Amino acid sequence: MNIVYAVATIFITINYGLVLQGIIGKVYARVATRIGLRIYQPYINIIRQWVTRTSINHGIMYYLGPVFRFTGGGGILIFLPVIYGAPFFSSFSSAGDMLLIMYFMFLGTLGMALGGGESGHPYAAIAVTRGLAQTTAAEFPLILAIFSIVTQYQTLDVNQIVAAQQGSVLNWTLFTNPLATIAAMLAFLGSMMRSPFDVVLAPQEIPIGPPTEYQSQFLAMLMTNRTIFPVAKTILYVNLFFGGVALQDSWLLTFVIFFLKTFFVYMWSVFVGVSFPRFRVDQSVRWFLKAPAALGVLAIIFVQTGM
Amino acid sequence: MAKMNYRKRLIDFDKRTVESPDGETFEVNPMQDYYCDAKPKVHPPSKIAPLETFYNWCRAESIFILGFGTGCGAIEMRPLMGPMYDASRFGVFWRPTPRQSTVFFIGGYASVKTLKRIVRSYEQMQGPKWVFAVCSCTINGGMYFDSYNTINRLDHYIPVDVYVTGCMPRPEAILDGIDTLKKRIKEGRGEGANKYAKNFEWYKANQKKIIKDWDMPDYNW
Repeated sequence: MNIVYAVATIFITINYGLVLQGIIGKVYARVATRIGLRIYQPYINIIRQWVTRTSINHGIMYYLGPVFRFTGGGGILIFLPVIYGAPFFSSFSSAGDMLLIMYFMFLGTLGMALGGGESGHPYAAIAVTRGLAQTTAAEFPLILAIFSIVTQYQTLDVNQIVAAQQGSVLNWTLFTNPLATIAAMLAFLGSMMRSPFDVVLAPQEIPIGPPTEYQSQFLAMLMTNRTIFPVAKTILYVNLFFGGVALQDSWLLTFVIFFLKTFFVYMWSVFVGVSFPRFRVDQSVRWFLKAPAALGVLAIIFVQTGM
Repeated sequence: MAKMNYRKRLIDFDKRTVESPDGETFEVNPMQDYYCDAKPKVHPPSKIAPLETFYNWCRAESIFILGFGTGCGAIEMRPLMGPMYDASRFGVFWRPTPRQSTVFFIGGYASVKTLKRIVRSYEQMQGPKWVFAVCSCTINGGMYFDSYNTINRLDHYIPVDVYVTGCMPRPEAILDGIDTLKKRIKEGRGEGANKYAKNFEWYKANQKKIIKDWDMPDYNW
């Protein structure tokens, strides 16, 4: 039964992600004083990509790249308590812990690197090196923050981390461990593929990053993952730092809380994205290794010394 | 003497048998480019008519233009991206690679040198694909009609779906052309890729008549 729940969770997340993409496209357009795309445009784009008539395969790893990517996004999602305490949305959350989720976060990137590498395009190869450098730098403060809260709650189980934050707003990690939250939220910007950290996938730079050679159904698979992965990551952040989403008396209230929390955490990357210009890779790597990393180290020290 | 041998080795492009580190022997020809030389195939539309109608609607409402400016008319694409005309509200977006785009925007005169790249990029796009030609130069050569260096009629070389006349057409005209293209696709008349595959020999002969230094495969996958 859990498998059915997991598939349903992924399906709902894809729809939520597509709607969010439409809203974000609209936000970006309005900031640039354009009217912007239709809200349902991401749906059409993805269907159109799935029904392309021809496609070219460059080899086994090329084929597996999007599959790895999808596994990364879906893996995070099904091992998370999307709604804490509800059997429906928790799918496999008691079967995996923080370490597994951290592996899944990097799995997609690695799969994409191998797949893009096999396409044989020089732009894909150079984008892979740039992407891996930036992702690794962005993961560093996040992992420090996760170490900090794991020592704080003395557990790797996400369910227990969420359980420890219930009761009052002041129990959220945001208030009990603000330094870790700030470090992680800064790292969050680096993994959302938005400005100022979108040099890897930007069409105006070396086009268009690792998926240069990806087309047709392969690209459709990647586009599907682009809808899942950011939402999964947002849910992870809500669980770790903003008290998670606990099952309330009514499902409606639960969903309202879920959408509000995920929406505003997601919008954090969008607001930064529309406000700031793009970093080069060397600049972003330096940026992540300065203030966010220092905050992460401080968060660990504060937790260890019990301050 | 050693220097002589070194130079000789550098210019040795003969076919030879090589032994791999695993002990496997295979033949290598340094002068051969390894590519897929399969000819394009006709991919007929889906037999279920309502489904194909829906697919065509999706294809028409989500147009990915290849941002490859081949002539002066390509400058007219830029206002379409900006706040003044904003083509994204009609589902028109730009992709930087031929692999991911469906509409090829030929922005005016195509010199012989550019035609080679046009053919290559067109063949790399995934079907169904459409060609959108702007400016008079793509129709009859325009002001370059007697130039030694530009082609006169684009649809002798690749199948064109929509022409927009003018020198150069304004962005409004291009938006109108996009509207025409959408109508064509929705009616199921946007089968340029299949037309190209059916008349492949004719198109290839025309292209080879113009491009003298043909140093690429006959079909770029």
